[in-house]
Amino acid sequence: MTKYFAHIRMVAGALALAVVVAMSAPAVAQQPSSVNPNASAVQEQQLMQQLKVIQGLGTIPDKKSYVLEHPAGRDWREFHNVTLRWIGGIVIIGMIVLLAIFYMWRGSMKLRTGFSGTTILRFNAFERFVHWLTAVSFVILGITGLNITFGRVLLLPWMGPEAFSTWSEWAKYSHNYLSFAFTIGVVLMFLMWVGENFPTAADVEWMKEGGGMFDKEEKTHPPAWKFNAGQKLLYWFVILGSIAMMISGYMLMFPFYGGLTVGNMELAEIFHGVVGVLFVSLILAHIYLGTLGMEGAFDAMSDGNVDVNWAKEHHSLWYEEEMGSGRARARGAMRPAE
Amino acid sequence: MARMKFLCDADRCIECNACVTACKNEHEVPWGMNRRRVVTLNDGKPGERSISMACMHCTDAPCAAVCPVNCFYTTADAVVLHSKDLCIGCGYCFYACPFGAPQYPKVGNFGSRGKMDKCTYCAGGPEADGSKAEYEKYGANRLAEGKLPLCAEMCSTKSLLAGDGDVIAQIYKERVSRRGYGSGAWGWQTAYHETIAT
Repeated sequence: MTKYFAHIRMVAGALALAVVVAMSAPAVAQQPSSVNPNASAVQEQQLMQQLKVIQGLGTIPDKKSYVLEHPAGRDWREFHNVTLRWIGGIVIIGMIVLLAIFYMWRGSMKLRTGFSGTTILRFNAFERFVHWLTAVSFVILGITGLNITFGRVLLLPWMGPEAFSTWSEWAKYSHNYLSFAFTIGVVLMFLMWVGENFPTAADVEWMKEGGGMFDKEEKTHPPAWKFNAGQKLLYWFVILGSIAMMISGYMLMFPFYGGLTVGNMELAEIFHGVVGVLFVSLILAHIYLGTLGMEGAFDAMSDGNVDVNWAKEHHSLWYEEEMGSGRARARGAMRPAE
Repeated sequence: MARMKFLCDADRCIECNACVTACKNEHEVPWGMNRRRVVTLNDGKPGERSISMACMHCTDAPCAAVCPVNCFYTTADAVVLHSKDLCIGCGYCFYACPFGAPQYPKVGNFGSRGKMDKCTYCAGGPEADGSKAEYEKYGANRLAEGKLPLCAEMCSTKSLLAGDGDVIAQIYKERVSRRGYGSGAWGWQTAYHETIAT
């Protein structure tokens, strides 16, 4: 009997299951017949408009590869190939033209009182070493940097692809490694001259008279300390410009460190390029005034001694101070330890 | 001559990464570099899509435009290739590329990224077709053998299409009209300044 009931139970269970399955089957079939699997799918144009960059997930360790599309590279290309070349061309050629016009009009600034033959120490050996360390590395950094932007247009057709590539590779390495020499030079220059580069009352007067640069009669000589207002401006432009170049430059040298994105790298390159060409243009003016533009000025950085008359005319306050402290120095020289 | 293009049908890609593996194997791409990769958008959410991406061999390629040593060239098939002998490893092509295609063998500090490597559309480089030097620098040259890129050939769902742009666009259009939906040819607007009207 129990066997019979068990059999019935099994049949009933099977029937119940069949009913459940039969009833649930139509529910599945009730879904709409034509499904658009794209109804909720990501759309390229929509993402592009919203985000400017399309990023997802990948399966390889290189996280940069998770960026699917980054069309902003096109703006950077426009900057690098067109804008930067225009800015660089205008500020550098413009500065050369300005200096040439200035030279033709003004000529070399002469010493009104002539050379006395007596000299005074303006920059000691350490100051000159720091200046030339910075200067030589700057010139090489400038040329190799300009090569990246202008070399393809100016040098490549003339040198040919193989020679130009070899030169550019060396230029790149020089640029990267000399940045350290330049950084050390600028840091030393900052520490060494910062005290003498704070604005003083004399600077206001100097600026008002344009430093006497525009007086062909050489009669205008506003008093100045060791550095006149123009030199102080140059000093602060060099310090601030160098900081800007170092930050953007080291970002480019250590690409994608600390989560930097392609966008950050592009910005660093834009910043580095613009500040770089302005820097080159500024230093062209500095080179002009230190050599061709002013009689007796180059001595200060060659052997460090300038003519006393030059010092009196261009840096009268500094000269008086030096003559005052010169006696102090002479006394110092009599220290027994020497 | 044909205008070669890639087209990834995102509605078919199943993120199997066979294209990535095929590419790495065919060209013996070194560890750490990927000429092709699969990116998944909205991973795990409704509307998730995966797209296989490599160099798209752009019209008016940005990499070629910004290269400071002009090491890129475009073949008669409109494939964008480059010379590793001329490349100085500056990394600018990566900044310009909309698809993150350029790869570098070294980490990149001090500008020592090494020679850039990217998808060649299985078309090698400037060296003689099929030469040992070409293989060592750029991998296999399947195009010279009359074969299409291996990634697309291997694709299990035929999501990734390679070939003449007009032909693969036609295939894609027919697919879309048959199944009734399509999320478009990813990257085409950026790479080729055109889309496929579906």
